[in-house]
Amino acid sequence: MIAIMTEKLSKEYGEIKAVDEVSIQVNKGEVFSLLGMNGAGKSTLIKMLCCLVKPSGGKAAILGHDVMNETSQVKQVIAVAPQETAIAPNLTVYENLELMAGIHGFLKKEKTRKVNEMMNTFSLYPFGKQKGKTLSGGWKRRLSIAMALVSEPDILFLDEPTVGLDLLARRELWGVIKDLKNKVTIILTTHYLEEAESLSDRICILQKGKIKALGTVDELIDETSTTTFEDAFVHLVMEESV
Amino acid sequence: MMKTLIFSSRTMKEIIRDPISLFFGLAFPVILLILLTLINKNIPTNQFDIVYLTPGIAVFGLSFMALFAGQIIAKDRTSEFLTRLFTTPMKAKDFILGYTFPLLPMAFIQIVLCFVVALFLGMEFTFAIIITILSILPIGVVFICSGLLLGSILSEKAVGGVCGALLTNVTAWFSGAWFDVELVGGIFEKIAYVLPFFHAVEVGRAGMTGQYAAMFPDLWWVLGYSIVISILAVYVFRKKMSL
Repeated sequence: MIAIMTEKLSKEYGEIKAVDEVSIQVNKGEVFSLLGMNGAGKSTLIKMLCCLVKPSGGKAAILGHDVMNETSQVKQVIAVAPQETAIAPNLTVYENLELMAGIHGFLKKEKTRKVNEMMNTFSLYPFGKQKGKTLSGGWKRRLSIAMALVSEPDILFLDEPTVGLDLLARRELWGVIKDLKNKVTIILTTHYLEEAESLSDRICILQKGKIKALGTVDELIDETSTTTFEDAFVHLVMEESV
Repeated sequence: MMKTLIFSSRTMKEIIRDPISLFFGLAFPVILLILLTLINKNIPTNQFDIVYLTPGIAVFGLSFMALFAGQIIAKDRTSEFLTRLFTTPMKAKDFILGYTFPLLPMAFIQIVLCFVVALFLGMEFTFAIIITILSILPIGVVFICSGLLLGSILSEKAVGGVCGALLTNVTAWFSGAWFDVELVGGIFEKIAYVLPFFHAVEVGRAGMTGQYAAMFPDLWWVLGYSIVISILAVYVFRKKMSL
């Protein structure tokens, strides 16, 4: 089943084409990564799919709901963990989760169950009464993803979830994302090649707003006749530059 | 409505758990009131008479509401917390009311606190105090909505500068709380009459002396400003969150 479909989706800011006729299909339960250099159009593409930015042209649908005309329905099935940690700094970890569950309309009993489930899944219990602003970078990211998942979304957008984290915290978070595989459709943007390689079912490489390549890691390596994913990426990105 | 209340509760917690907000919102105006009353005891001047001074301090204290409102919104934008919330089923009204609801009772408490302290400093309790407290509230709406407006368009740092430094100073200078604007005269006096702060203080002072009819030309100014700024703030915020 198709979770996300875009058809010639575009976004222009004046003369600049941030996203240029991008057509993709993401399957349900898939981890789909958007990879590219700065300004490639990754974040703009995600923002259009999340109803945060209005497309200039083309079409996009989330589980069959049009992102321009059915925003309420789209917002019922998606969740976002933005690039910044996006938590309420003076609320405790528990209160942050409770807030998100409440906003999504969970009633008291259900809310408590969901919050406790997230506390458990993300090993947040030792920090339950700690204010969000006092957490380390890695735990803030964990909380951020837990806040996104508390609403039981069908589709989760992770915008550079491990940026600024040290190696151990990054690996820990990879474990969290791997555990979500097949349960939730995940759209991941990242700068880290090894992250995309380790987590993704398929990878879409964007360059100057256009799709440069799309496929599994092995397909991209075969396509470029290289031996590693890093070489494949460099080959694809340099091709245009040269 | 449930979403509005949940979000209001969050806004309230963010503000009351910030000690700097609490100091400037509640303690600072009270300290000023006490200091100026002490000065008045040593150098008696009508300007610092407790009946005359309290409405001025209450209006000045409310100027910090713009800082609270502006900073919380700007912080939510910078940290992308608002981005997260914009992708939830929350509507524009949930955000606008969620940010403003908790600040209205806080503004009310701040005004009441000023008058309670004034009572301890020797002000006589009369029915006029209750009327005055209620008549000062509309300028609170002006400040809260200014914060909502500026927080929607400025960075956290810029909000600190504009709401925390500029707006509080403009309020202090042009409200007539500290000195008689007629004594300065000229363009300064004209600007003071155009802005709502002087009128807000005049409303309070008329109320305190029981001259309720005299409150009205000034109260219209303040109410006019509160309506215009509220509409502008709601328009800008809705525009920011719409596709």
